[in-house]
Amino acid sequence: MFSRRSDLQLERDSLGRFLPWLIAFMVYLSILAMAGMLSLNNLAERWDTGLSGTLTVQVPASQTEDEKSMAAILAVLNKTPGIARVQRLSEQQLLALLEPWLGPAAGADDLPLPRLIDVELAGGATVAVAALQKRLDAIVAGTLVDDHGVWLERLLTLIKTVQALASAVLALIGLATIGTVVFTTRTGLAIHQDAIEVLHLIGAQDAYIARQFSSRALMLGLKGGLISLALALPTLLGIGYLAGTLQSEMLPDLSLPLTGWLVLLSLPLTVAIIAMVTARLTVMKTLRKML
Amino acid sequence: MVRFENVGLRYDLGPEVLQDISFSLKPGSFHFLVGASGAGKSSLLKLMYMALKPSRGLISLFGRDIATTDRGDLPALRRKVGVVFQEFRMLRHLSAFDNVALPMRVAGTREGEIQRNVEELLKWVGLADHMTARPPTLSGGQQQRLAIARAVIARPKLLLADEPTGNVDDRMALRLMHLFDELNKLGTTVVVATHNESLVKRLGHPCLRLDQERLHLEAARPADPRATRNSAMAGK
Repeated sequence: MFSRRSDLQLERDSLGRFLPWLIAFMVYLSILAMAGMLSLNNLAERWDTGLSGTLTVQVPASQTEDEKSMAAILAVLNKTPGIARVQRLSEQQLLALLEPWLGPAAGADDLPLPRLIDVELAGGATVAVAALQKRLDAIVAGTLVDDHGVWLERLLTLIKTVQALASAVLALIGLATIGTVVFTTRTGLAIHQDAIEVLHLIGAQDAYIARQFSSRALMLGLKGGLISLALALPTLLGIGYLAGTLQSEMLPDLSLPLTGWLVLLSLPLTVAIIAMVTARLTVMKTLRKML
Repeated sequence: MVRFENVGLRYDLGPEVLQDISFSLKPGSFHFLVGASGAGKSSLLKLMYMALKPSRGLISLFGRDIATTDRGDLPALRRKVGVVFQEFRMLRHLSAFDNVALPMRVAGTREGEIQRNVEELLKWVGLADHMTARPPTLSGGQQQRLAIARAVIARPKLLLADEPTGNVDDRMALRLMHLFDELNKLGTTVVVATHNESLVKRLGHPCLRLDQERLHLEAARPADPRATRNSAMAGK
């Protein structure tokens, strides 16, 4: 597959000077698109696992002073089959949740705050939310039971749409890279047509000639990949730094897991291999037209 | 070794440049291919070294019909054929050494063997001092010797030479023909296209004569004594 010897001396072609930069640009964009996709994926997974299997019960503010009603609600929840844990959020916890949006005003005495109850379901268990809400509503009118399903579904749909767009961008970048390599290889074949014909006539197999182009494409691809990494890593670290300096409570955590970083680091090598295979297939296809 | 039956060749939709060519070459034979300029000598050689497909007829090389041979098997057949191209067709960016080494490299020969054989052959054709030179820096005669060295380095079974002595003086021409003779004695079938009738007369090998798109076989003639004397001188 690899060949250090080059009978055609493709390294002297001027095409080789711009191809690494073109590949670097493509891989740079791919890394950014992939980083975004992986971050959202990570976020979606965390939200999904964090919120599935939980319910939130919201008791209206006007009734909050009625501790008997609250106790009755908690008793109903504790007796409901499938519920593993019931925890009433303290006022401090409630204020902490609201502070990122309302600031210190969240603690104002004249702001009516509902009571929230965090409910955790037993593993794999389901609860008839509508029936539960009906029972709780009978105790305190206006009590809401939120299983996060609708909100989570919409959010995940949005994330999946963004991910699909990022995938489409990646596919387009991949196609553009392949097209560039095909064009460059065909140009190289045209430039070296006479030498290739000589090699062909003295008995060189198609694979012998193709190897020279594919090795060259691999080297140029790796060079472009290294340039792209040198550009992309500071960009990603810069974005991470800027996100960290903002109010982190307002932004979801977009950090990448270790596997995400490994995927990003493998992108330049993947693109280099795609370039190598593309060059080889292009040459083989062209040579098949020769006798 | 080589068999043509009713072979015709036309380029695109033009007239046939070769018509009803039929001949066969026995292993170990030596033929000149003669004819006026434009008679089709180079085209006939191109058919023999599989650079062109015939428009009609059958070509058999080494007992295999070229038309029905799998494309993947053609490189192995081509390696049995050494070609001295009329325009040399050396790779300009490679050194003389690397140009001559090419047929061995594409055949996967080990570098040690390539080094030994190429150096020996370049010495023999008088280019020992030009191993690292690139073809454009060599004279026409030197490039021609280089082309011959590349054609014979892999000891082909069939050697096809298109005007191999066109750019060298008589002394070098005879020396190169002597090289072809030596290869022929070792069993290589040789076909030399030339319009140098005096060279043909001197050596006395049979001729394939192309005239008006058709081929005529002329039997061997006794070698000219003057050619024998010159060849002996050249061999010293």
